Amino acid sequence: MSRGRVGLFATCLVDLWRPSVGFAALELLERAGYVVEVPRAQTCCGQPAYNSGDAADAAELARRTIALFEPFDWVVAPSGSCAGMLRVHYPRLLAADPAWAERARTFAGKVHELVSFLVRVAGVERLEGQLRRRVAYHDSCSGLRELGIREEPRQLLCSLEGLELVELPGRDECCGFGGTFCVKYPEISARMVDDKAAEVEASGAELLLAGDLGCLLNIAGRLRRRGSRVDVRHVAEVLAGRLEAPPIGGEGA
Amino acid sequence: MEVASLAFHQAARRALADAELQRALARLRQNFQSRRAQAVAALPEFEALRRAGEAIRDHVLQHLDHYLERFVERAQAAGAKVHIAATAGEARRLVLELLQAHGVRRVTKSKSMVAEEVALAEALEAAGIRRVETDLGEYIIQLANEPPSHLIGPAVHMTEERIARLFAAAHGEPEEHDPKRLVAQARRVLRQAYLEAEAGITGANFLVAETGSVITVTNEGNAELTQGLPPLHIVVTSIEKLVPTMEHAFTLLRLLARSATGQEFATYTTVLTGPRRADDRDGPEAMHIVLVDNGRSAMLGSRLQPMLRCIRCSACMNHCPVYLAVGGHAYGWTYVGPMGAVLTPALAGIDRTYPLPEASTFCGRCADVCPVRIPLPDLMRVWREEAFRRRLAPLHQRAGLRLWAWLARHPRLYRRLFGLGVRLLAALGGRRRRLRRLPLAGGWTRARDLPAPEGPTFLASLERRR
Amino acid sequence: MSGERLARLLARLRQRLGREGAETPPAPPPGPIPARAQVAGEARVALFMRMARAVGSEVERVAGLEEVASAVLRYLRFHNLPKRLVVAPDPLLQAAGFERLALVEVRYGTAGADDPVGVTVADAGVAETGTLVLASSPERPTMLAYLPETSIVLLPRARLDGSYEESWQRIRERFGTPPRSVNFITGPSRTADIGLRLTMGAHGPKRLLILLVDRLEHP
Repeated sequence: MSRGRVGLFATCLVDLWRPSVGFAALELLERAGYVVEVPRAQTCCGQPAYNSGDAADAAELARRTIALFEPFDWVVAPSGSCAGMLRVHYPRLLAADPAWAERARTFAGKVHELVSFLVRVAGVERLEGQLRRRVAYHDSCSGLRELGIREEPRQLLCSLEGLELVELPGRDECCGFGGTFCVKYPEISARMVDDKAAEVEASGAELLLAGDLGCLLNIAGRLRRRGSRVDVRHVAEVLAGRLEAPPIGGEGA
Repeated sequence: MEVASLAFHQAARRALADAELQRALARLRQNFQSRRAQAVAALPEFEALRRAGEAIRDHVLQHLDHYLERFVERAQAAGAKVHIAATAGEARRLVLELLQAHGVRRVTKSKSMVAEEVALAEALEAAGIRRVETDLGEYIIQLANEPPSHLIGPAVHMTEERIARLFAAAHGEPEEHDPKRLVAQARRVLRQAYLEAEAGITGANFLVAETGSVITVTNEGNAELTQGLPPLHIVVTSIEKLVPTMEHAFTLLRLLARSATGQEFATYTTVLTGPRRADDRDGPEAMHIVLVDNGRSAMLGSRLQPMLRCIRCSACMNHCPVYLAVGGHAYGWTYVGPMGAVLTPALAGIDRTYPLPEASTFCGRCADVCPVRIPLPDLMRVWREEAFRRRLAPLHQRAGLRLWAWLARHPRLYRRLFGLGVRLLAALGGRRRRLRRLPLAGGWTRARDLPAPEGPTFLASLERRR
Repeated sequence: MSGERLARLLARLRQRLGREGAETPPAPPPGPIPARAQVAGEARVALFMRMARAVGSEVERVAGLEEVASAVLRYLRFHNLPKRLVVAPDPLLQAAGFERLALVEVRYGTAGADDPVGVTVADAGVAETGTLVLASSPERPTMLAYLPETSIVLLPRARLDGSYEESWQRIRERFGTPPRSVNFITGPSRTADIGLRLTMGAHGPKRLLILLVDRLEHP
């Protein structure tokens, strides 16, 4: 029996860069008993425009996304950053628009990041599966601070048989991605991601996971450049047990 | 001080390559973060205090006219003279007039960020008045002729070695590396300066409306010697520092020390109400308070008003990955780190400072540790909107962004174009599934590989599978 | 000051805030006083001593005024300090018998730059953080606790409060409007401006001895 209809907001990075994450999300949601649809007309949530000060374009994209997804019972995204945009920032962005303010607020109430949705809404406490590897989890800033996601991914990961979780010392520190930041201030971003990559290596982890593809591309890119042995994947791939795609940026050295 | 914030990018690059600065920053990061965390963990009421602190500061700002009027009335009743400076220039003029009226040639000065903001030091120098900074950090940067790089540790960017060289040159003594001996040297020199000074200039951490009192906070005790020994005391501070009563001040003081240095309470918190009383044996004969506006009133009633809650603790910069990578000088003006990225554009103009609010990943740690809960990333975004409106960013950045946004509103075109693009990148990635170099993406690929996309997009693959 | 400038600023603030002629509602309540500070009796004394020592103060408990002078002498000897005291001209301290100490030079008044040891008395103590509260008066000049390298402060047990708020209430009741300077002192002077290494005695005292006096009537 279905527990409701979920609209999967794939996010542009998952759509363009790593479809495996989309399929993993689909599987996790369906296994939890939801009917999942992926509206074809979805594109970008507008965050790059919003964070670059282009509020008008961001609001236009917000209205599009809301209209597309508001018929669903839930809207789920495999990204803390994009879910944060839809949940926290859309209502602010449209607060002064009388036709949309209320719609944006109602819509925001339906939006969740994937892993926190599984734990908080779907009530998933553990997952079947096994992975005999030492794993580090990187908290994305939006997931951690905007959505308060901290224990959920760790809880589900630890339920996998054989998985050993190690904590990074600077676990609440940014990896330096920051959307357009990494191209506007590449040198500062490079410093930040190098610090993060060094911590990942020092942790002894064989596999780095996170819930946001932006952070993952950034950290994976730096780990590969450093010649590190650590593999990188989105947390959903591991939770769904779908490891057929090679790790992000290929295998570790 | 000239506003040099437009050069943030170049300054940041230099800072990243400066090994000595990087050592100093690494130490700062280690020190301040763990100390604050410990202090917060030791006080279960910390979160409740933050909320109360926010409410107190909001209330004062919302009724600033009322509290300001009351403060002026009470301070004057206690014998202080209060002056209002609308601009930085007026502030400098007022202080110079006061010093000249008292025939002052030598002043000691404890830390005042407002004095830095209005460039008081340069004005004193031009008028031939000898100034000795008494906060040890400020004294060090005075010797080095540099601006402060941090709110509470102005010389935090310097290593002991550099300070040792500075002191040896300035004091004419052999180079000395033990911090204890360096402090002892400075103590001797500054003792003399205190005794010779004809006026002392201090800042203020808070102004108490109920009593007309000025509160100063230090760990060294230099503010007390600066204002307590010479016959004239001048306070240079700004109009938003008011609190209704001492009880409100205590809430903020509990937050300040823990957020700043992780101390439970600063070593010296002093509440000054007027000049020396008739039978007192020490204290200044005259006390003047210069209240500077310099752009703050324009922030009231705007989306930036929450920035005026700031109590200058420095927690935001101590936890900011960008500040910790480039240090304070890169910001190009008095206020640095996240608080500077919001305040500097307000006081110096966004046209001259637009790279600052851009210099953030919006990671949000600053807002998380702010003792008065200022939503710093949201306020940086306010400035980014203003910069966008004024078209301050380079054309290719703005055009690229708008093109993306336009495409995102046209899903079929978006799909076709980006679908093609990612397939191309996937092919370029080859078996290694990553690119080491990519035209137009040098910012990314200089420091890291670009993981290649898998190939077809999610939506395209999904369609094929279903 | 020029009332005109103030009037102009106030008008501008009111215009920005849209507050022409509006009443000011009561201020929101201050934040909570930490539970830690809400202790009485010996628990309060213990907290004060623990917190004061944690910030580098030395605390010695003495029974009454008659023990103060000898405690001071012991301290001077222990740290090998010059036997020269500048003491607050407070009737209480004048009755402490410092003059009877052998080979100790005593002067009453405020401190000068060369005085090695200053002695004064606190108006209150705050257990929450081991803080002393010193209010300026003709009998208790402020510089006594700032200029000398060694600062000795008497704190009558009866004036030990839990929180800053209680101590401020004490000041309010005693003085009405506050005296010129009320100094909250939490440990000896320090700096971390050189290499972030904590160093004591930046400008003010290098050491601070608190004599917590159990029985002491002080007006």
